[in-house]
Amino acid sequence: MTAIAENFGLDIAERDALKRRLRAVERGRRLRALALVLPLFLFILVSFVIPIGELLRNAVFDPSIRANMPQTVTALAAWDGKDLPDEAAFAALAADLAAANKAKTIALIGKRLNYELSGIRSKILVSGRKAAQLTQGPYKEAMIGIDKIWGERETWAVLKRAGATYTSFYVLDALDLGLDADGALTPTPAERAIYVTVFMRTLNISLTVTVATLLLGFPLAYLLATLPTRTSNLLMILVLLPFWTSLLVRTTAWFVLLQDNGTINDMLQALHLTSEPLPLIFSRFGTVVAMTHIQLPFTLLPIYSVMKTISPSYVRAGRSLGAGPFYAFWRIYFPLTVPGIAAGCLLTFILSLGYYITPALVGGPTDQMVSGIIERAMNSENNWGKASALGGILLFATLILYFIYNRLVGIDKIRLG
Amino acid sequence: MAMSPYATPMERAWHVGLRLICAAVLLFLIAPIIVIMPLSFNSESYFTYPMPGLSLQWYKEFFTNPRWIDSVVMSIEVAVAVTIIATTLGILASLGLSRLAMRGKAAIIALLLMPMIVPVIISAVGMYFFYVSLGILSITWAPVGLILAHTCLAAPFVVISVTATLSGFDHSLMRAGASLGAPPMTVFFKVVMPLILPGVISGALFAFVTSFDEVVVAVFLASPEQRTLPKQMFNGIRENINPTITAAATLLILVSVALLTSLELLRRRQERLRGIRA
Repeated sequence: MTAIAENFGLDIAERDALKRRLRAVERGRRLRALALVLPLFLFILVSFVIPIGELLRNAVFDPSIRANMPQTVTALAAWDGKDLPDEAAFAALAADLAAANKAKTIALIGKRLNYELSGIRSKILVSGRKAAQLTQGPYKEAMIGIDKIWGERETWAVLKRAGATYTSFYVLDALDLGLDADGALTPTPAERAIYVTVFMRTLNISLTVTVATLLLGFPLAYLLATLPTRTSNLLMILVLLPFWTSLLVRTTAWFVLLQDNGTINDMLQALHLTSEPLPLIFSRFGTVVAMTHIQLPFTLLPIYSVMKTISPSYVRAGRSLGAGPFYAFWRIYFPLTVPGIAAGCLLTFILSLGYYITPALVGGPTDQMVSGIIERAMNSENNWGKASALGGILLFATLILYFIYNRLVGIDKIRLG
Repeated sequence: MAMSPYATPMERAWHVGLRLICAAVLLFLIAPIIVIMPLSFNSESYFTYPMPGLSLQWYKEFFTNPRWIDSVVMSIEVAVAVTIIATTLGILASLGLSRLAMRGKAAIIALLLMPMIVPVIISAVGMYFFYVSLGILSITWAPVGLILAHTCLAAPFVVISVTATLSGFDHSLMRAGASLGAPPMTVFFKVVMPLILPGVISGALFAFVTSFDEVVVAVFLASPEQRTLPKQMFNGIRENINPTITAAATLLILVSVALLTSLELLRRRQERLRGIRA
């Protein structure tokens, strides 16, 4: 290094100064580049990442009991949970319920506790009305007299847990788990345990759709990759046109096609293949067909891209060495397409997990996927905690797959058509 | 892939079989689009063939009913705003990313493109919580929440498409411009922009369509009066399906055809230019 510096007639001080300036220039360039990325970065951070964080927080954050039953929460802080709480806790309960009854916030208490103790809502409302008339103790007997739920340890355990600002209830419930009176993890009773089934169904539908797109997409990708460019470009339009047609339009089209008196049933009946219309719409079949149609280009295009890069001389070499056509295809051509298959299938699987519109329109009530259940929790049940917990779990699954996809393929290499 | 004259019967059967399978798959891909378009000209209000007669009544309904027309206007307004914001932010970010060589760049890209992968319902619910707490959704003079949300979903497409054109971009051209005395803005508009324009246009088209076709966020974030075309169609299918939806669908298909044609023309132009340079 010194030798080179001497060759240019620089002494050590000059050399170091030069290095420093170079580093400063580099740093300046990097900062300018970062400054260009910054606006979008901040935009995504504020209008996407923070909202997702809000969703995750809502999955564990529920201050409704703490806000509406402050005295009970304080009184229960010292309760060991082994026996019924003492008189002071009952007095606090009566006071809180009476106050909530007056402030008309008692419905919120009932709604929150009803998530965990189903059927308790009306009992809370009645207890509130009656507690408002209590003027003096002992409150313990009085409250148990109003409703015997107050004599059950489980009610108090739920109340104490719900009184914390952060709760594990929604997340556990979304996994069909709950805590019993002693705080031990227990499975949700079979008649209320529905969410694991929904998650399994979502995985099941996504997997079926992924396999179907692969089975349909692979032969077509192969043909497109081996046909002369002019012909394959023409046929490619038939793949890309549906790809760029609105998802809603395509779902509408399937809605029309699959109806009981729709085109497909009409044709089947005209051909005497069936005398009654088949239940194509509002069924699992309809959901899978419509989703496969929408996802097919996502699986096909990466496979096609990889196939375009495979030189035909590989298979020819195999054939010349004595391999039969199918053997050569299976042992030489197919393994080379595996990266494309992995990229396409993984993308389709990830995107399938989040489907909402298509199952909502052409699926039956037993075909709703996680997204559909989230929508219902938000819009019909107004249960933000449940929607957030289900969303958080779905997000977690998606992000793991996204990470794998990014490692395997690189998200920036995604093909847009 | 012509068949070899020495093909065995098995190979011949496979050659024909593959074409039959592919024809069936192509039919599957295109059938829904082919089937729904003629139905929009049906004179009766049901969805079956054969059609008893032809009529334009559903288009008349579409273009005269204020519910439909207003929803189209709303969709276009939102999509134009989204396209402008997403394209601007996306171009800047892509330029920055192409010049950025540091650890953590992959993580930044992964974050910027995440809205494409995260299920829309999750984004929609999260944005609903956040925008409600900020009071954005109570703004009535413009669908601000919807525009912000759609911009998030659309920007990744701009980044991908502009980054792709920038990958073949020679950065010394910018230095050449600067050395000839052009200020950075002039260099950008006179040197960089013309070269990355195809990527910018296709990114902008993707951004427009992403917003124009989006349903889920619109259902969550738009107030009942703020009806976009997809939201109007979605509610229409759920409540009482009416053939006006097929007219709307046909018009949307035409928009897609226009989009696809523009993209194809861009791609050809790009290929031609590359041919000249090579």
